[in-house]
Amino acid sequence: MSGEVVRGDGGFITTTVDSFLRWAQANSIWPLTFGLACCAIEMMNLPSGPQYDIAQWGSEAFRSSPRQADLMIVSGRLSNKMVPVIQQVYQQMPEPKWVVAMGACASSGGVFDNYAIVQGVDKVIPVDIYVPGCPPSPDAVIYAIQKLRERIRKNDPKGGLAVYG
Amino acid sequence: MADLNPHERVQQALQRVAAEVVPDLLEAFPGQVEEIPLTADRIPQVFVTPDALETVALWLKGKGFVQLVDVAGVDYWPHREPRFEVVYHFRELPNLGMIRLRVRCSEQDQVPSLSRIWGMANPAEREVYDQFGIIFKGHPNLKRILNPDDFEGHPLRRDYPIRGPRDLIKLAMPADEGRYRPFVSEPPEEGK
Repeated sequence: MSGEVVRGDGGFITTTVDSFLRWAQANSIWPLTFGLACCAIEMMNLPSGPQYDIAQWGSEAFRSSPRQADLMIVSGRLSNKMVPVIQQVYQQMPEPKWVVAMGACASSGGVFDNYAIVQGVDKVIPVDIYVPGCPPSPDAVIYAIQKLRERIRKNDPKGGLAVYG
Repeated sequence: MADLNPHERVQQALQRVAAEVVPDLLEAFPGQVEEIPLTADRIPQVFVTPDALETVALWLKGKGFVQLVDVAGVDYWPHREPRFEVVYHFRELPNLGMIRLRVRCSEQDQVPSLSRIWGMANPAEREVYDQFGIIFKGHPNLKRILNPDDFEGHPLRRDYPIRGPRDLIKLAMPADEGRYRPFVSEPPEEGK
């Protein structure tokens, strides 16, 4: 019955530890503020203000420390000089951790097809979800986080009881 | 003077610099300073030989040009020889006059550093060195400031490939041909 929630007659439910953990992880994704460029302005709309209230999905706590975050939203272009920094910040995040590449520049380099910009952050860190747009609307980022929650609840190998070595 | 707006004050100061300071400068450094005609921004400008740059800068500082506004590099490759110019802007305070010095140099030439006279020249000359590869003689800490320390080449040179080392890879996609060279190279008009 893994992944199932069974309601008992006496007012109790049974489930597995794995699906309970996945439920908890999917409903408390704390993003890390990794704003690099103009996409960060759109990202700031997410937790602040009533229009895009990301708190209703448990992600309103944008953390400034990577050690307290689950999700890195890379918003903006990544320059070559920033690569050691983003790698160090990514390594400092505790497992399980996810990465959303927000916008065209973070996904593929975008219009910055030049010597200074990394052509997609997936060249340097693993990316789970790509959000298209220049910049993407906050709705698109919310949709990406919804897809990520869905994936964590169902079959993401990093969620649940995965053991990291 | 008090009833002029700031723009008029600056224009008046620029006219005074062109009428008084530049002739004095040409007289004080014969053969080393060469006047350039005014352009649309009305800032008086002169060519200076690299050897005379430090003494000219000190002379200007004594005349009241106490602020070094910016140090910039220009690459005129392949239209001029020598290819580079280093451009200095000085501002006269509190009178708001400005003067522009241009120093021609090639890749092998060394331009004297002004970082002993203005501390601000230290990072500005590092930036020019980083982007253009112009060597500043006597600079205490001449290393890269914008690009990573292990960067190869100087990206603001006209012959630097825009995509860096990736431009050296031959792409197999025919649609990519000519995509990154959309403009025809034209000779520069400025400073002629």
